[in-house]
Amino acid sequence: MKSSSSTLRIIQFQFQDALSSRWLLVHTLIYLLIAEGLLMSSGFTDKALVSLVNVVLLLVPLVALLFGVIHQYTNRDYTIWMLTQPLKRPNLFSGLYLGLTVPMVLSFSVGITLPFLWHGGLAAGQAVQLITLLGLGAALTFSGVGVAASLAIRFADRVRGIGLALVIWLVYALLFDGLILMGISVFGNWPIEKALIGAMLLNPIDLSRLILLQTFDAAAMLGYTGAVFSRFFGSGMGMIIASVTLLLWVAFPVWLASRLFRKQDF
Amino acid sequence: MLARRTHITLCSLLLMIIAWVPAHVHGQSIGERVAASSPGDIVTIEAGVYTEAPIIIQHPLTLIGETGAIIRGAGDHELLVVDADSVTIQGFQFERVDKTFLEDRAALRIAGASHCRILDNTFDDVFFGIYMAKAHACAIEGNTLSTTIENETSGGNAIHSWYSTDLFIQNNTIDGFRDGIYLEFTDDSVVQNNVSTENHRYGLHFMFSDRCAYRNNRFVDNRAGVAVMYADGILMHDNEFTRAWGTSAYGLLLKEIRDGELIGNRFSENTTAVFMEATDRMQIEHNQFANNGWALRIMANAIDNTFTANDFVGNTFDVATNSRSAPSSFAGNYWDRYAGYDLDADGVGDVPFRPVTLFSLIAERHESALFLYRSVLVDVLNAAERIMPAMTPVDLVDAEPLMAPTIDPDQGTPISQTVLR
Repeated sequence: MKSSSSTLRIIQFQFQDALSSRWLLVHTLIYLLIAEGLLMSSGFTDKALVSLVNVVLLLVPLVALLFGVIHQYTNRDYTIWMLTQPLKRPNLFSGLYLGLTVPMVLSFSVGITLPFLWHGGLAAGQAVQLITLLGLGAALTFSGVGVAASLAIRFADRVRGIGLALVIWLVYALLFDGLILMGISVFGNWPIEKALIGAMLLNPIDLSRLILLQTFDAAAMLGYTGAVFSRFFGSGMGMIIASVTLLLWVAFPVWLASRLFRKQDF
Repeated sequence: MLARRTHITLCSLLLMIIAWVPAHVHGQSIGERVAASSPGDIVTIEAGVYTEAPIIIQHPLTLIGETGAIIRGAGDHELLVVDADSVTIQGFQFERVDKTFLEDRAALRIAGASHCRILDNTFDDVFFGIYMAKAHACAIEGNTLSTTIENETSGGNAIHSWYSTDLFIQNNTIDGFRDGIYLEFTDDSVVQNNVSTENHRYGLHFMFSDRCAYRNNRFVDNRAGVAVMYADGILMHDNEFTRAWGTSAYGLLLKEIRDGELIGNRFSENTTAVFMEATDRMQIEHNQFANNGWALRIMANAIDNTFTANDFVGNTFDVATNSRSAPSSFAGNYWDRYAGYDLDADGVGDVPFRPVTLFSLIAERHESALFLYRSVLVDVLNAAERIMPAMTPVDLVDAEPLMAPTIDPDQGTPISQTVLR
């Protein structure tokens, strides 16, 4: 069997498995309910989009990490059985990885987009914002599941794996910003804006947040600080740096997980 | 070939004559006809393009331009000077006054005159529009002024006043100047029903001007809608401040002013709706603050201001201050962030509301903290601070927050309410 087609076959099996089990449906429903709830309460799609940013930045990495880890622990026997088959490990890994992430990204996108469609669609500018939001959600999912896979392969003990996934989420969603805030209050009297942009690149969640803020015209209200990051993210070079960094945030965990998967003695 | 050239020359000569004729229907320029008139005359100027030396009016006169009467400058001089009392200028179109840094070159200058009336004129492509120095009891009504400038330093003001009293500026439309209306050392004047847009500095600007009033004006897309500085007793009623958006942009900028009123105004989509510095004893009532970055930024040196019955809806920050205490008082405002309850159903919340969030305080101290805008951490910190205030001013509190807005958020009209108190 050719290697690429074996990857595709695994993805296909994973897809069927996802569709027959209920998790994918629940996953879609969660985002559907959040988007619908925001649209119902605010009744104004612009506001709902802004609120969605917060939800996506908080929830998507959590789901990717936690669900990624749990999914891999529950499918451990299946993975081991697959390893007995005449398949190359890299193909098996990419099949299993994409077979999980692609349905997650699709169901997330469907769940977020559908309420906007039946509430009368989006203005042209809002469509760009929604697509950016979905793209960043996808990147965070790919990154998070990569980290989750590394954890699940490295630690046989599930309590440890799940615990670590939670800690990682907490660090990136909250504690990192806490450290930044401490840094700002200590060094606030120095011109630290450029250093802060550098620091933001170290956290995919913050990086996504700033890219999204840029699309929402919120930068203008943020005074000098806003001007600094407008200049950075508004420039071609800045956007390239941001995108490449985000890609690295996807590539590194996936590379790490695939390396661990190849070397692991199951 | 030669015949054709002659033909062209003749044609262009004819064209020149046609273009020249209307400007000299009576063989006279406006300046000559003004000089020939007697005090109190009404002089009507026919349609045409008048290009001539600055017209100087030195006795009481009513000068009326018929539709299409255009006074066009060569660029390097002012166009009309009012140097006598009781002069009326009506219906002209003023064009082309180039910028200069040597003088405040204006299309129309009023020098030490009183009881003048400048009505229904159009000003286009001018440096300063109407320039008043030591004027008294003049009415500037129904004029349209527009120009295009690149930046704040390369432009003049549309309506400019210096050392004047009792001016009445009404129904003018202004677009694209440095300041739309600039009043310096100008007391007891009224500015109403004007529309001032896309000015590079302020839509309306008071400096050292006391006891003035402005009402029912619209200020849209200016760098700052209105700036009131070093002025006492300014009344600001029923104006609209929209889209002063950008770095250091303000809907209304108050600096070193006292004893004024800010009532019934509507602020929407401004980076900062109202900025107050060294502003004392102001009465701020029945205003609507909707979808601004900061609704109010109050510096610690603003003292004894009262905020009552205002609506705060959809702002990123409702109130920001750099003060630990609360030198101004808030009572009976509507805050869309208020999450309290109203058990006795009297329309007033039973739990006080603290409009200053921890994050706005940190951002006021260290601007770079805005990097964390919309971060989850910020929401967590704000929630914790709201329950146990440690850093935000404990006294800055609205003890009687309203449960429902007083102004319709869409229409901007007051909602009638029966508050059972």
